[in-house]
Amino acid sequence: MSTELSAPPADYTGYVEKEQHHDYGGDTVFGFWIYVLSDVILFATLFAVFAVLGGNYAGTPELKDLVELDYVLKGTALLLFSSFTFGIAILEANKGNIKGLFSWLGATWVLGAGFLAMEINEFIHFTEAGAAAWSSGAWSAFYALTGTHGLHVLAGLIWLIVLVFLIQKEGLTENNKVRLMCLSLFWHFLDIIWVCVFSVVYLMGVL
Amino acid sequence: MASTEKHHGGAAHGSLKEYTIGLLLCIVLTAFSFGIVMTEAVSGTTAVIVILITAVAQIMVQLVFFLHMNTSSDQIWNNTSAVFVVVLVAILIVGSIWIMAHLNHNMMMGH
Repeated sequence: MSTELSAPPADYTGYVEKEQHHDYGGDTVFGFWIYVLSDVILFATLFAVFAVLGGNYAGTPELKDLVELDYVLKGTALLLFSSFTFGIAILEANKGNIKGLFSWLGATWVLGAGFLAMEINEFIHFTEAGAAAWSSGAWSAFYALTGTHGLHVLAGLIWLIVLVFLIQKEGLTENNKVRLMCLSLFWHFLDIIWVCVFSVVYLMGVL
Repeated sequence: MASTEKHHGGAAHGSLKEYTIGLLLCIVLTAFSFGIVMTEAVSGTTAVIVILITAVAQIMVQLVFFLHMNTSSDQIWNNTSAVFVVVLVAILIVGSIWIMAHLNHNMMMGH
């Protein structure tokens, strides 16, 4: 009888059915991870610039004469604890507890803003002491590196406010959970970059 | 609870215990790093090496305890891309320092 293949059903498209149940959230978070890694390369170039120019003071005050390590340690602690509080916020989000989520995100925001305020205060102090971004190659490299990190923290703080408004408006929808995961990746990444900054710029600069 | 342990590909979730251990390890490593510099316990090249090793250790701690990186198969592309970036970063930084040091050396005319 018929050894030919039967005609495909009318709605046959040739696509495998399974592929249509795509893990949209996972793909978005993975895409954001790729962005974070590209940001790592951006910071690597700034670290390379600092490694090459970091000693070219050209008569301007040196980092080891201006920096107060107690002060840097306090800022470092603020950022580290904010990374921890964001983790707890994610746990609250997983429980579906929006109130707990908002309190821990609030704590994260205050700690992050505290870090940024301390950094800006330090920049003003350095600039007044004759170490401005335009003073020498070493100081240009310093402000480019620490300033770029500071701008990232500022972006994270703004994103945090926007996300809280979104969650307040729409609730903990799938989309908002994915956004929260992306911001948490971003926030932890900022702390990892800061570990490199305080080790290479401040601690090794004081030696 | 099983119902809250919903996994997205590329995004694992942690636990309170995990975050607390991560925080404590980070505090110890940060205090150690600042401590050896502030007390001037070690100096010179030794200090640089100790600071760098402590920094790498803290980065690993944060990657594992805060970002929940692990060797499970659903994270294979996260890890692959991360390793690729580590290689790029090494070429960028080591290469820049190497080239510029040689350039400095060659520019010293008459020496």
